[in-house]
Amino acid sequence: MQALSNRKKVIEQKPMNFWERIYLPAIAKGLGITLKHFFKKIPTVKYPEETRPYSKNFRGQHSLKRDEEGRERCTACGLCALSCPAEAITMTSAERKKGEEHLYREEKYASVYEINMLRCIFCGLCEEACPKEAIYLDGPHVTAEYLRKDFIYGKDKLVEATFDIKKLNQEKSV
Amino acid sequence: MAEEKFRVTIDGIPVDVTPGTTILNAAREIGGDIVPPAMCYYSKLEGSGGKCRTCLVKVSKGSEKDPRPMPKLVASCRTTVMDGMEVQNITSPEVVEARKGVVEMLLINHPLDCPICDQAGECKLQDLSYEHGAEQTRYKFPRRTFERIDIGDKIQLHMNRCILCYRCVYVANQLTDQREHGIISRGDHAEISTFIEKALDNDFIGNVIDVCPVGALTDKTFRFKNRVWFTKPVDAHRDCPTCSGKVTLWYKGADVLRVTGRKDAYNEVEDFICNTCRFDTKQTQDWILEEPTKIDKDSVITANHYNSFNPPAVIEQDLVLQAANEEQLERTERLK
Repeated sequence: MQALSNRKKVIEQKPMNFWERIYLPAIAKGLGITLKHFFKKIPTVKYPEETRPYSKNFRGQHSLKRDEEGRERCTACGLCALSCPAEAITMTSAERKKGEEHLYREEKYASVYEINMLRCIFCGLCEEACPKEAIYLDGPHVTAEYLRKDFIYGKDKLVEATFDIKKLNQEKSV
Repeated sequence: MAEEKFRVTIDGIPVDVTPGTTILNAAREIGGDIVPPAMCYYSKLEGSGGKCRTCLVKVSKGSEKDPRPMPKLVASCRTTVMDGMEVQNITSPEVVEARKGVVEMLLINHPLDCPICDQAGECKLQDLSYEHGAEQTRYKFPRRTFERIDIGDKIQLHMNRCILCYRCVYVANQLTDQREHGIISRGDHAEISTFIEKALDNDFIGNVIDVCPVGALTDKTFRFKNRVWFTKPVDAHRDCPTCSGKVTLWYKGADVLRVTGRKDAYNEVEDFICNTCRFDTKQTQDWILEEPTKIDKDSVITANHYNSFNPPAVIEQDLVLQAANEEQLERTERLK
């Protein structure tokens, strides 16, 4: 039957000739392509050891910040939890006792602060809502775990390590 | 004799009120946006008002007989209406500007520690400054600070946050038989205080918490327990020998975190409640629950509250999925 569009191509299957039938030239050709790639530049990086440059506004794991005296900035005001569209954040507040002034910046602090990383969508609204500049999504990717409960990050994982601001400044000037 | 009525026009809306009504109450009879905000006036407390100046309005026509406008803005909570009076509230740029100034004045010594304050979310000063205030403070001097003190074992006084509205003083005067706190000193030094840290101890003294428009007087049993907007208000009542027993319970999960009086649209309680209801009965079995408290839909307290189960269209037909989702909702509500 005549094709309507005339774009149809009829493929003829010819029987293979002798050189094609022994396959050896085709194998040599294929191996040649593989060998050629040994000498080319590798386009991938070995991820955990090596990372690609990240965008400045990349949003990774949260960290709870400390102020210049090493005190926790978070006052458990609950605005991050309120703004969170995924409802990933929960917290319990406590009152600062006498003698804890070097640990917490304000008279109220979060005794428990948990983020469920399975719920979190890394939108950064908590960062935006925070009136105390206490939470930032400046960490790396959240790593994989085997159990769901391990994705609920507490203060042990979220609060950033103590640092000495003077030393930090010296390092920068050097 | 037929009761005489005065016709007063507020922002172009006429209303007939009985002589002796204040402009503020006439506006409240109309309701809506044209009601001037009030920080110190409390309709249930005699003699309150006239302190904070947030309810300033412009009287553009004094009365039918004397149509001259009043020379200055007047405090609407203390000015009574005249027949044929015309009042401008939000339609007058002068009033809006003046109110902005008043808010700035009220905030001069206010610490703005809303992230810590238990009143945040239901604070009238917060609402007022959000609606009428300037974005930035121009005040560069140190704010006056006080140590917070416990007056009684259930009430805490943060003098820093006080705006000197005198409401708590009137409560103590009018509801209890002996007032033990008051305003000491004058002008910038004025502060609410008890005489040499005396404890406030009376059956109805807990109402100072409810009438306080800011977080200066707070419930110590609720202190830092939770944020207002994570709790669910439910109307309830109980058979109380001393008071009406009509309250709002603030739930978090299955626990009653605090008990307050029922507040109306102007943040005034309907009935003053006694200390037993407020502090000592925090179990569900003490109360007969009525219904969830109606909250303004713009209020932060309504955020993230899912009271009813609304399955999305996708699973509307699938009964197995519906049951599973209902179970999930129940579980998450319980965990809250």
